[in-house]
Amino acid sequence: MLDVKAGDEQSFALLLHRYRSPLINFLYRMVRNREQAEDLAQEVFIRVYRAREDYVPSAKFTTWLFRIATNLALNSVRDNRYQRMEISLDAPVTVDSEDGDEKTLDVAEKHPNIEQHLVEETRKKMIRHAIDKLPEKQRAAVLLHKYQELDYGEISKILQCSESALKSLLFRAYETLRVELAPLVAQQGK
Amino acid sequence: MSCGRMENKILGYVDGRLKEGERREMEKHLSTCAACQLRVKEFRAVSGLLDELPMIEPSAAFDIRMQARVAAEPAKQSWWAWFTPSPRIAFAASMLLLATVWLGSRPSDNALSAADIDKINQNMSVLENYDVISDFGALSELPQPVQADDNGDANQNQDQSQQQNQNQTM
Repeated sequence: MLDVKAGDEQSFALLLHRYRSPLINFLYRMVRNREQAEDLAQEVFIRVYRAREDYVPSAKFTTWLFRIATNLALNSVRDNRYQRMEISLDAPVTVDSEDGDEKTLDVAEKHPNIEQHLVEETRKKMIRHAIDKLPEKQRAAVLLHKYQELDYGEISKILQCSESALKSLLFRAYETLRVELAPLVAQQGK
Repeated sequence: MSCGRMENKILGYVDGRLKEGERREMEKHLSTCAACQLRVKEFRAVSGLLDELPMIEPSAAFDIRMQARVAAEPAKQSWWAWFTPSPRIAFAASMLLLATVWLGSRPSDNALSAADIDKINQNMSVLENYDVISDFGALSELPQPVQADDNGDANQNQDQSQQQNQNQTM
């Protein structure tokens, strides 16, 4: 980031390449919409680019990056909360594909073991729904802790809370997930 | 140690993020607490389930759009850059400076010659009393000098002036 601050455009391209995938994945799991996640990721990088000359390395770059991303994601989730469309019970059976699109199940789809595929997709859907049901701050904490593997200090700076508050937040989130995913948890435990 | 005190450390224990002392303390507690043992087991299961979600790849359009957005960003100039002139202005300023130096180093057209300086030195006594002479009213009444064609006429005029002065004083 210090090279970017010094005006090295190549370093910004490297930064983009290094962090775009984790950032898009984090945002996708926060907002549950691929297109929106990419738009938000672009906004994060543009903000980083605009602020490059004022960057002070007082904290880790990842902390700064994910703090911008978390704030944007939380705002976006709150804005969309009342605009979400409820899925009609009459709608065709769909399976969430991890590429972000709701894909209609094609029975004629050539799959080596369609039953196994269905079971896997149902598990993923349950896990995604359990994460979605978490309050936004708990969700952000779990995603940063589990998928970005940031330490408690970094996550607490991103979420602007104390480390003990973060540990409590994560404990409550895992408790909720444990209950929501009870059938799968029981299977895992066997 | 109570289960309540252990709660916030269970996840750290599951992820292996506890410090050595904390880990030993947790294991000591787990050896006597079935409820916490079960919770550790279930948290491990939840953590394993979260691992099942695959990562998504950025779309092909992402990089192109990103490059376009960065390229569209206006170049940010630092405060120092504000003082840095463009090459054209720098060239014009250099030419102006050179012209000023060249004009300044040229000998002036109305500079005094050596003969003029000698003449000034000879009349220095008069020039030193210039203030007195300039205020001397009688001098203003002198007739205007007549242009002489030659030295003879000039001498004749000088004689006439002296005679007039003598008459006035008498």
